[in-house]
Amino acid sequence: MGLRELQGYASFFMTIFLVVMLYGYIVYLYRSEKKGEKDYEKLGKIALDDELDSTPVNTSDPLPSDEKEQNR
Amino acid sequence: MQSNAALEYDYSVAKLFTYTTILFGFLGMTIGTLIASQMAFPELNYLLGEYGTFSRLRPLHTNIVIYGFTLSGIWATFYYSAQRVLKVSMAESKFLMFMGKFHFWLYFFGALAAVVSLLLGITQSKEYAQLEWPFDIVIVLIWVSWGIGMFGLIGIRREKALYISMWYYIACFLGIAMLYLFNNMAVPTYFTSGGLGSIMHSVSMYSGTNDALVQWWFGHNAVAFGFTVPIVAMIYYFLPKESGQAVYSYKLSLLSFWGLMFIYLWAGSHHLLWSTVPDWMQTMGSIFSVVLILPSWGSAINMLLTMKGEWNQLTENPLIKFMVLASTFYMLSTLEGPIQAIKSVNAIAHFTDWIPGHVHDGVLGWVVFMIMAALYHMAPRMFKREIYSKKMMEAQFWLQTTAVVLYFTSMWIAGITQGMMWRAVDEYGNLMYSFIDTVEVLHPYYAIRALAGVLYLTGFLMFAFNMIKTMTSSRQLTEEPQFRSPMA
Repeated sequence: MGLRELQGYASFFMTIFLVVMLYGYIVYLYRSEKKGEKDYEKLGKIALDDELDSTPVNTSDPLPSDEKEQNR
Repeated sequence: MQSNAALEYDYSVAKLFTYTTILFGFLGMTIGTLIASQMAFPELNYLLGEYGTFSRLRPLHTNIVIYGFTLSGIWATFYYSAQRVLKVSMAESKFLMFMGKFHFWLYFFGALAAVVSLLLGITQSKEYAQLEWPFDIVIVLIWVSWGIGMFGLIGIRREKALYISMWYYIACFLGIAMLYLFNNMAVPTYFTSGGLGSIMHSVSMYSGTNDALVQWWFGHNAVAFGFTVPIVAMIYYFLPKESGQAVYSYKLSLLSFWGLMFIYLWAGSHHLLWSTVPDWMQTMGSIFSVVLILPSWGSAINMLLTMKGEWNQLTENPLIKFMVLASTFYMLSTLEGPIQAIKSVNAIAHFTDWIPGHVHDGVLGWVVFMIMAALYHMAPRMFKREIYSKKMMEAQFWLQTTAVVLYFTSMWIAGITQGMMWRAVDEYGNLMYSFIDTVEVLHPYYAIRALAGVLYLTGFLMFAFNMIKTMTSSRQLTEEPQFRSPMA
């Protein structure tokens, strides 16, 4: 097997790997929201409520603080 | 860090980049209109001696609109919107303020010197990467200063979650940094020829097919990370903010982001279909280009759905019109590109006028429309005055939309005619047409394109006039508008 052929196979399997990762990410997004662990949609408000003195929509974890308490 | 009511967002760097967006937009589009006219009327090549020829002006046009106008627009919107979505003012850090201004002035003088160098014919002859190595070093410094500014702002943010626009700006920064470094690996000919060559003139460290592959990996992704990613960043902030509607699906925006990152990087080899690169690589370029429709349409549809239930705004607010049309042209050109990347279609399309036709429905309809809309939105907030004239904005919209349609339809017809004529053979297998036959047939379409250029440039002048009047003599605002931009 020459180098060129090897590169071809490497590219193919890398593609498959990344496709699996991407679909895994989709499942993760929807599942974590369904379970109530995360709320991604509220992050959309960051663009609307963007005054310097307005309350930040979130911390690094997109989970509302009241839900955080409930999940504990 | 505590919130301070007296503190305000600082737009001084955003304003500076707004001025250069207008300046370079005018310069780049004027040259574009001139070279489009030269294609139709070749006598126009002899207006300014060697400095006015198509070959000298074409790289000047592409470099000014990409690295002058678009980059300025990206940075103007970045220094405006990043503060807002991160809820932190640049005025809070003297260091970041200094870096922002340093970034601007280094860029401004670097860009002016680059324009002069291209006008003098100093080039390393790689498309969209013509600038010689001293400029490459300056560009790296400009890029690093942007990076320091960006990650510095992120470092002191109050809003802990990074809004989707920030992801796109970060991708623009990282993507171009990587691509630019690899594609511009070059050695001055002085060192490769034992002292005979020139210190100023360099040649690529790659050769032959490898050079072509690296070049188009860069070239196509300059489109990805310069014309797509940061413009998507803009629409994700400015459309929701102007319309008062949160983005339709935040999850879809995340998904489209990672899809785009994953797929775009490997589509560049579609520029080398039917060339000497390995066959599997050409096929991979084709497939990735077709799959690219999904994340591109993911973002565009997300934007259109953001307007759900609020479509009345389309008729009431010309700014929404600009952004919805931009999104629609994004859909059109991201469908057209993959079609051109299908091998059998590419056999006709390659090297024809259909390609600049495709590029321009993307840049004129999507990139420029979005940047202008963003600057219109920013103006009342930055200058604390309402937009000077709504009527002029409406007229500009229709003038430029007509121009884009004239541009791409004429180039579709010209390109396909050209491709068919090049391939036509008689019953003995001889070519039926010589090159000049195609030029004669294409003349009317080239004339239509030149007219489209004149219309689009006129529209841009209206935009510039409207912006300058907004900055200087429009009615003053007492408080910042929350969503819809006020206009007279």
